[in-house]
Amino acid sequence: MSSPDPHWTVLFGKLSLDALPLHEPIIVATFAVVALGGAAVLGALTWFRLWGYLWREWFTSVDHKKIGIMYMVLGLVMFLRGFADAVMMRIQQAIAFNGSEGYLNAHHYDQIFTAHGVIMIFFVAMPFVTGLMNFVVPLQIGARDVSFPFLNNFSFWMTTAGALLVMASLFVGEFAQTGWLAYPPLSGLAYSPGVGVDYYIWALQIAGVGTTLSGINLIATIIKLRAPGMDLMKMPVFTWTALCTNILIVASFPVLTAVLSLLTLDRYVGTDFFTNDFGGSPMMYVNLIWIWGHPEVYILILPLFGVYSEVTATFCGKKLFGYSSMVYATVVITILSYVVWLHHFFTMGSGASVNSFFGITTMVISIPTGAKLFNWLFTMYRARIRFELPMMWTVAFMLTFVIGGMTGVLLAVPPADFVLHNSLFLIAHFHNVIIGGVVFGVFAAINYWWPKAFGFTLEPFWGKVSFWCWVGGFWLAFTPLYAMGLMGVTRRLRVFDDPSLQIWFIVAALGAGLIACGIAAMLIQFGVSILRRDRNRDLTGDPWNGRTLEWSTSSPPPAYNFAFTPVIHDLDNWAAMKRAGVPRPTDGFRPIHMPRNTGAGVVLSGFSMICGFALIWHIWWLAAAGFAALLITAIAHTFNTRRDFHIAAQVVIETEAARSRDLALAGGAA
Amino acid sequence: MSAPANTPPADPAAWYDLHEHDHPEGGSTLLGFWIYLMSDCLIFAMLFAAFGVLGGNYAAGPGPRDLFELPLVALNTAMLLLSSITYGFAMLAMQRGTVRAVQGWLVVTALFGAAFLSIELYEFAHLIGDGATPQRSAFLSAFFTLVGTHGLHVTFGLIWLAVLVVQVGQRGLVAANRRRLQCLSLFWHFLDVIWIGVFTFVYLLGVLR
Repeated sequence: MSSPDPHWTVLFGKLSLDALPLHEPIIVATFAVVALGGAAVLGALTWFRLWGYLWREWFTSVDHKKIGIMYMVLGLVMFLRGFADAVMMRIQQAIAFNGSEGYLNAHHYDQIFTAHGVIMIFFVAMPFVTGLMNFVVPLQIGARDVSFPFLNNFSFWMTTAGALLVMASLFVGEFAQTGWLAYPPLSGLAYSPGVGVDYYIWALQIAGVGTTLSGINLIATIIKLRAPGMDLMKMPVFTWTALCTNILIVASFPVLTAVLSLLTLDRYVGTDFFTNDFGGSPMMYVNLIWIWGHPEVYILILPLFGVYSEVTATFCGKKLFGYSSMVYATVVITILSYVVWLHHFFTMGSGASVNSFFGITTMVISIPTGAKLFNWLFTMYRARIRFELPMMWTVAFMLTFVIGGMTGVLLAVPPADFVLHNSLFLIAHFHNVIIGGVVFGVFAAINYWWPKAFGFTLEPFWGKVSFWCWVGGFWLAFTPLYAMGLMGVTRRLRVFDDPSLQIWFIVAALGAGLIACGIAAMLIQFGVSILRRDRNRDLTGDPWNGRTLEWSTSSPPPAYNFAFTPVIHDLDNWAAMKRAGVPRPTDGFRPIHMPRNTGAGVVLSGFSMICGFALIWHIWWLAAAGFAALLITAIAHTFNTRRDFHIAAQVVIETEAARSRDLALAGGAA
Repeated sequence: MSAPANTPPADPAAWYDLHEHDHPEGGSTLLGFWIYLMSDCLIFAMLFAAFGVLGGNYAAGPGPRDLFELPLVALNTAMLLLSSITYGFAMLAMQRGTVRAVQGWLVVTALFGAAFLSIELYEFAHLIGDGATPQRSAFLSAFFTLVGTHGLHVTFGLIWLAVLVVQVGQRGLVAANRRRLQCLSLFWHFLDVIWIGVFTFVYLLGVLR
């Protein structure tokens, strides 16, 4: 409707062969590599006849464990893409001195820093935390699955559809050049007439549906499906942080949906919400998006606080110090995260009293966070700490995150923020907390729960190589940014006039290189561990001498998780069961009622993606058709009454007998 | 907290639910749907906030006093409130277990809903015809978006009503259909509550200011 574009056609909208970035050799080469790699993977799947297996056992699965693992795979794949963007920026900034333009033109460079942020937050960190919560929470609360298993599958595929749209923008058209939050008026039609911002909008909207629904799902799961006896103050800390995280998701992602919808209307219908004229207010966008954005950073970090708590208690071999204070600290952070958003734009000019209020609330958040750190430290105090990889990542987190937190408190001082706003100091600060907090935590969690997911532990050698490369690489890459930020260097610059800055950027690029080694070592760790899995089998289901319920079942757990639902008497129920010497029941098994797999989620998200793609390119007929198909499929799905089945008692008996044999083999007392 | 004195003996019967039965399906549905409604409520909150911030920015264009006709809006409001009452009758019929009456009341509800939408579309057409388009000013952008989003919800409610009429006819008042009727009931009354807010803050206060 608002397409004065002379190249618009009814059939293809704005899409034409010109949309393919054939004039950009870097993108063409990337496409060649991706196409060849993709063809190789697809060919291999066909050759080994894996499509049927993948479809039946994974893509259509409603098993929370498999969906959790698929989220982790999605996060890992997108992590490699997001990191490639980071390396490209680091190289550009290291060489664009003394009149050199570097190797990236402005159009491409601006897309890269936007895509890096969007991908790392929405399609790396979010899938990682959602995947962890999906896998772990039902096991920790003694449930068989989540409350809405189909919705869980659908949520995953919606997130994937969003990720695919972002990936498509690399080769068809362009991505936004606005920075990861797409502030108007830059992101408005007047200054971003291309499809980049539209890719941004629709990718996030489609993925956002998945995120919101998975948040609702996990809240209902934690409220409704806890094992008998598990009152709220007997929930494992990770489950508590997951509960608070999902409350944050449900109470903040609709804000993102709404604000992006308003931006969509401005771009597609010509409304005046965020325009400079006709009474619009661009600063309202900045307010609204940070009302989502600040809770979002706690959505990312809270589950990892849970991970660190589980890891610390397990590898110190004693119960967590200050469980109740940990819970209260989590809840306080959840609430406070809603009253700090304005600290992202103190420079907007709200006046001294408003800025003071938000500066103080921001500093107050460091109190519950500090309480958490002391709880971990007091848990470690006089414990026999086993420095396995999860514990190493936890210690690295504590040392790194504290510094990131303190630079955050510096930024929370409004006068200081006026100097540091949009500088590399800010960049260093949030990478300090996101890498040091979220990424390290995800690595701790992967090393910790991998044996539970796959039945064998990860090789520690390559894990340790990865650990030291990552920790060293992080500090090498971001310390120069702190220094330059204090000198006044701003973010998102492509070329530099001052040659004295180059050495700092070269050091930062070396740091990125060291991190690349860390990533390579981690991939090698996964590969080597898979190849040597028979050496590292976990027959007991409890390789770390764990304390919570997920370690009471086999590794990997059976489809039904627990043959008999556990009854909870203790905060660390599995530790208490081991202490009491409770024998595992070996007879009296019953058939188990389970949800049935369905392909509806894949189909629905496929139609959503088609609809989104058509809207991006203004192909109105296809958008309408895609939406109609979406609606019809959704309605048809409600007529499907074959949604559950029973795992026969005989199957349970055989599965549990196999577990008894494994336990006997491991020499453990059954 | 984990005082050994409180720990029961090492008897599996104390630590496992050995006589577990199937859990009835859908035990979390109403809670889940309620949480979804609250998330939807947040979307409306944002649209109300946008209207609150931008509602006075007429950009030298028409304002609420020039545009709104309260008698028409009152009629519209009556349609929606009546549809909520008739939905309540559908739920009462569900409690009595009479399929026909449930379907009948759902159809009546849908008719009131359709009447509401028609009046709203008439109002929109009228405004646009007068040049008060969503593009004219930030106030009108916010107005059309807030009221239109509510209307879009009512439209989806109508589709849902139609689907439920068919499903209740097909399988009767089985547990799944009762659950769905309850969810739609929550949804429909929720839209009523949102409309009360729209009526008050957009129309009444708009004409007052």
